[in-house]
Amino acid sequence: MMSIDLTTSPDAMPRPRLERQAFELRALTSGLLTLLTWTIAILGSIPLFSVIFMLVSEGGARLDWQALTALPPAGFELGGGFGNAIVGTLVMVGIATAISVPFGLLAAIYLAVLGPHSQVANVARFVAKTLTGFPSILAGVFVYGVLVISFGYSALAGGVALAVLMLPTVILAAEEAMKQVPTRMTDAAYGMGCTRSQVIWKVVLPTGVPGILTGVMLAVAGAAGESAPLLFTALFSNYYLSELMEPTASLSILIYNFSAMPFQNQIELAWAASLVLVLIVLVFNILARVIGRPKV
Amino acid sequence: MASNPFDKMTSAGGVSRPPSASDQLADRVFRAVAFSCAALIIVLLLFIMWELGGLALPAISQHGLGFITGTTWNVSRAEFGVLPEIWGTLYSSLIALLLGGTFGIGIAIFLTQDFIHARLAAVFRTIVELLAAIPSVVYGLWGIYVVIPLLRPAAEWLHQHLGFVPLFGTDMSGPGLAPAALVLAIMILPTVAAISVDAFRRIPYKVKEAAYGMGTTRWEAILKVMLPTASSGLLAALVLGFGRALGETMALAMLIGNSNQINLSLFAPANTLASLLASSFPEAGQIEVQALMYAAVVLLAITLIVNIVGLGIQQYTVRKFEGK
Repeated sequence: MMSIDLTTSPDAMPRPRLERQAFELRALTSGLLTLLTWTIAILGSIPLFSVIFMLVSEGGARLDWQALTALPPAGFELGGGFGNAIVGTLVMVGIATAISVPFGLLAAIYLAVLGPHSQVANVARFVAKTLTGFPSILAGVFVYGVLVISFGYSALAGGVALAVLMLPTVILAAEEAMKQVPTRMTDAAYGMGCTRSQVIWKVVLPTGVPGILTGVMLAVAGAAGESAPLLFTALFSNYYLSELMEPTASLSILIYNFSAMPFQNQIELAWAASLVLVLIVLVFNILARVIGRPKV
Repeated sequence: MASNPFDKMTSAGGVSRPPSASDQLADRVFRAVAFSCAALIIVLLLFIMWELGGLALPAISQHGLGFITGTTWNVSRAEFGVLPEIWGTLYSSLIALLLGGTFGIGIAIFLTQDFIHARLAAVFRTIVELLAAIPSVVYGLWGIYVVIPLLRPAAEWLHQHLGFVPLFGTDMSGPGLAPAALVLAIMILPTVAAISVDAFRRIPYKVKEAAYGMGTTRWEAILKVMLPTASSGLLAALVLGFGRALGETMALAMLIGNSNQINLSLFAPANTLASLLASSFPEAGQIEVQALMYAAVVLLAITLIVNIVGLGIQQYTVRKFEGK
């Protein structure tokens, strides 16, 4: 038989200490690691602020009407600007959007609505994800082989290269947006006897528009900042764009070219062009966030 | 015979009617078009591989595997080898991964483990996402005029006092591996952070509650429960970040110094496959272009393998938690 000693009072029994000790080792470790995490988070955000500071102070100093409209200066020339590069970037991004959005949207419709679990959809989804991590320069090499060798450097080739890069982003974002459309809405439409395309055009697409636009804007922002593929496709030009089938200037290639030059004027212009490029990219990024914000 | 009441309804011309034959036809055509667009992306990848292979074929048949193990890049003698570039690509990406991975996962922990208020975390997350929005060339420019001047004194000190360590074996005379890898780390940080945040978010809340309920400190919960649970997601984040780093071009072309050598030193100039392509292509003649295409194929092969491994791990993680 087990006996319990009831003679000692409960107060006299040894008790484990349950309250947290401020200076025991595990609390100290925890505090130390917390400090480390804060440091990492603060250090991690320094580059962004440094980049923004440099852009505003170096680029803002040189940003004026002449810089925005004039043609790039040669060698020792003073003044000048990058008007043709702004036009070139916008035109090529426009071409890329015009190509990638229709194809991307249709592909996304198939992935999200028509055959989400089919073999083709699974493979296509995986390929799209693989292509998002695809080195952008290889898109340039690809289009160089397909278009540039036969037709020469052109804005069109640049646009196609950017479209190759935008396509996977558009597909994945649009698919995600269409999947968010509540099933009860599509079910109701099917229940009324709609064909699948009617459901897509009248229910899924209108409901998914904000999410789709967000994805498109993010893809546009990414394409505007791309430079490596343009080296192989659009090259550069010192003049304004007059037709789509000739070499075309872009902001990013201008920054790349000017950054290595030994002239103060060109380096200042490179900073100003960077500021303009970042502003373009940020505008699309902010648009994406504003459009995609969940409506409460 | 009793007439079918539904016939009357259609003849009455109400607003509702079944899809007409032309609607059905439009539906079929539309579905076929959508299907072909989905198939198009698969065809696109195959076409890219086929096209790059075709471009590189002359160089592949001429240089063979010696291209991958060769160390010289001499246009006049038509001798091409990319071992230094492969080395530079892997070395710079690994250093970037070490730095960017630590910071990325650190920031993900900071954002998901209740260090700051949820709203503040959202603001901070936007800051990290904006890091990803800054174009590569702008990072390159920033690297030339901010990072290199900042690193130089530190590099000189390290070389003078610890020069016997191979990592600090050379002086930093300007562009080199260290500034390139540092900027690369900043560029992959948002990728790693975003995927890691997802990995932590996927852990059911009750897991965290259970850990805290047992009386763990915050860091005991993170180190012993959260990190192991999220480990496969974090691994995917690192691998995909590594894939990003391998293919990054412009910032590296501007910062790494484009020197064809294999050197352990962090401060020596080096080269990567992508920046070799970017810097040599504009002035290359026909034979060099073919060799560059071969280099592009090598880059494609490396990045595809790394990306597919990363995606595979990510899908495994999703299945693990969602039981799909």
